[in-house]
Amino acid sequence: MAGLLKRILLGEQGLVVIFVLAFALVSVTVPNFLTDRNMLGLFQSVVTIGIVSCTMMLCLASRDFDLSVGSIVAFAGMVAVMASNASGSIIIGLIVALAFGTFVGFVNGVVIAKLKINALITTLATMQIVRGLALIASDGRAVGINDPNFYQLALSKAFGVPTPVWVMLILFIVFGFVLNRTVFGRNTLAIGGNPEASRLAGVDVDAMRIWIFTLQGLVCGIAGILLASRITSGQPNAATGLELSAISACVLGGVSLAGGRAAMLGVIVGVLILGIAENAMNLLNIQAFYQYLVRGIILLLAVLLDNIRSRGLR
Amino acid sequence: MDDFLAFSHIGKSYPGVRALDDISFSVPRGTIHRLVGENGAGKSTLIRVLSGDTEADQGEISIDGQMQHFASTRDAFAARVVVVHQELQLVPSLTVAENLRLGRFPARAGVIDFRGMIGQVGAKLADIGIHVDPRTPVSQLSLGERQMIEVAKAVMMDARVIALDEPTSSLSSRESEVLFELIGRLRAQGKVVIYISHRLDEIFRLCDGCTVFRDGRLAAHHTTMEGLTRDKLVAEMVGREIVDIWGWRGRIAGKPRLAVEGVSGKHLAHPASFDVRAGEIHGFFGLVGSGRSELMRLVYGADKRRTGHIAIDGVTLAGRDPKRSIQAGLVLCSEDRKYDGIIQGMSVGENIVVSARRHFSPFGLIRPGREGETADKFIKTLRIRTPSRRQNIVNLSGGNQQKVILARWLAETGVKVLIVDEPTRGIDVGAKAEIYDLLYSLAERGIAIVVVSSELPEVMGISDRISVMCEGRIVAGFERADFDEHIILAAALPDRSIPEPTKRAS
Ligand SMILES: Nc1ncnc2c1ncn2[C@@H]1O[C@H](COP(=O)(O)OP(=O)(O)OP(=O)(O)O)[C@@H](O)[C@H]1O
Ligand SMILES: [Mg+2]
Repeated sequence: MAGLLKRILLGEQGLVVIFVLAFALVSVTVPNFLTDRNMLGLFQSVVTIGIVSCTMMLCLASRDFDLSVGSIVAFAGMVAVMASNASGSIIIGLIVALAFGTFVGFVNGVVIAKLKINALITTLATMQIVRGLALIASDGRAVGINDPNFYQLALSKAFGVPTPVWVMLILFIVFGFVLNRTVFGRNTLAIGGNPEASRLAGVDVDAMRIWIFTLQGLVCGIAGILLASRITSGQPNAATGLELSAISACVLGGVSLAGGRAAMLGVIVGVLILGIAENAMNLLNIQAFYQYLVRGIILLLAVLLDNIRSRGLR
Repeated sequence: MDDFLAFSHIGKSYPGVRALDDISFSVPRGTIHRLVGENGAGKSTLIRVLSGDTEADQGEISIDGQMQHFASTRDAFAARVVVVHQELQLVPSLTVAENLRLGRFPARAGVIDFRGMIGQVGAKLADIGIHVDPRTPVSQLSLGERQMIEVAKAVMMDARVIALDEPTSSLSSRESEVLFELIGRLRAQGKVVIYISHRLDEIFRLCDGCTVFRDGRLAAHHTTMEGLTRDKLVAEMVGREIVDIWGWRGRIAGKPRLAVEGVSGKHLAHPASFDVRAGEIHGFFGLVGSGRSELMRLVYGADKRRTGHIAIDGVTLAGRDPKRSIQAGLVLCSEDRKYDGIIQGMSVGENIVVSARRHFSPFGLIRPGREGETADKFIKTLRIRTPSRRQNIVNLSGGNQQKVILARWLAETGVKVLIVDEPTRGIDVGAKAEIYDLLYSLAERGIAIVVVSSELPEVMGISDRISVMCEGRIVAGFERADFDEHIILAAALPDRSIPEPTKRAS
């Protein structure tokens, strides 16, 4: 019996099982949880983490790390607002914001791949630089948007589902496909499994790493725009700690920090677990301070699970 | 006869694989006992059970009449059973003395008594005949010396049973000799040495008995080597006779395909030049460390070239990285599968198609069907022992991992030049013969082949031409008609071939 339980929990679908159990438990015990409104709210609340986790997954799978995502999201949101205000065109604002995010990601990638500087250090530096730039550019205050149409990005709906949620779902599908069905995705995992062997097998490891970080930057740009639209301004202090949430979600979803192992479905479940924990605590009126505690504990459990699972694999 | 170490009815299963099936045999005190068998036959698994690394599903081990139960390597240490795995477990940045006393540092009030430790370790090493300064960091030792230190570690734990898993597969013959001498002394002290190797030549001069494994079962057990012949042993291993393992087939070589001129780099100071013709197998022989692998890595673009010019079919190779070499039809199957061969955590199938898939992935989109077909085809032709192509590669036996790497390059289409570095290291006799056969058929298709090997019989058996390297230079060349073991070996030895002490001047 214990053996069976162990096999289910540590197996391929272990996480999904845990998720279903947790979901059922929360649905029964927390009032107002399983309502249409709350479900939509839940999805909306995980949009930023969900989007960023897509590329964080690739990053971790190739044995890298990106701590700069939170800063890029915040600054990209501000850039979108400021560029829209300055040019009078939301489209231009969006393009500039995406270009900005992509550029920071590209710089990360080049420094890490070509200058061979540790990803942890590099992105720790860009995380602070970009956050600093955001604070300097706004003098530490929120930047309001002139054109109210900007709010529509977050408010508009299709088939009753808000646009940001659609964007997240589409990115889930896209990156799930990329990871499993493209040479790019498989090479990402190969690099994580053994970088030197991949290089000798003809994988252009440097180019791959630059691409992965650049994509990460682009995706952060998308997340930043949607976030700014939802909070109706560009906030230099937005999305602090996002990097840790995204990494938590990935690890929770079975992405190995040692590289080489990742699955989109797992990451989606990881994102939802974090979202549900927060949502349920909000519904139960638990103080925000406790949420840190719970998030930390969930992360610890996730790493523990990862550890036991990879030991089981040997 | 006393049966010091006895296995009875050992069984072990993995999902889809019966790795060990009802294994029973015993080994008396003061003997060297050899385990042989095809790749994936279960030899390493038995050793892992013996070391407490893996728990058997069934069966028991007894030592000196006492039943043993090893739940971990710690338990095995306590019973004075020590295993030297093929992946050495030394800390490179620490000195020899520190490595040997790791976990058991002599200390007074928490302060390590370095002087005492170095003296002690030095005396012990001299005692067992290893001439290495205990203050040398392990990273400065050659592979052979490291192997020796591992054995020394076992001796210092006062082991009664010492098991060695393929210790000589990456040693030079001189290094092997020193190791054999050491093993011989252990036998004289009444220890049991269990020894795994695919090199059949070693067996008759070194071992007192041997056990043959086939598909996880015990195929034969010999308590003496008398009356046993090499051919009989091979037949017991693979279940059929192999008359001529090399099976050399003559071919007519065409125009030069690969031309290498004046290539040098960081680890190869002296520029080297050679060529390989279409349909030719060009062997490179030399002692370990003679620069063969370094030269091939430079040609392939795995390491940066300082000088030199490389052309394939008269076209200059513009790229200097593996990706562009592969595109130009030049591939290298490297020697160190653990470090730069297998991609850990990925399946056998993925490991096979990682390079070749670009040929059948339009717009970078993968076609799982085609990939599966390709992988299955090579699993079959190379007889890779795995439950399916979806198996994680780390679960394969050492020799089967090697075959997967080979399959990766055989799956490449459009290859013009194939360089294989130690292609049969850790591979059993039966599979060796098949790999040679594959190399001949590739050559017959006009591919130029370079084979790097430290085994002289292998190089002589399959090459059409041999180049000999010594201390970073190509020093001699021989056509097949002129192959002579003694002359080739003499060419490979450094001039001052006074047996230098094992300590390497660094
Ligand atoms: N952890 C594992 N999970 C699944 N299968 C395993 C595992 N370890 C070993 N096996 C399987 O058990 C069988 C025996 O493997 P083992 O390593 O003992 O072979 P071997 O005789 O040492 O071969 P080689 O000569 O290639 O080293 C192989 O088929 C291998 O695939
Ligand atoms: Mg083995």
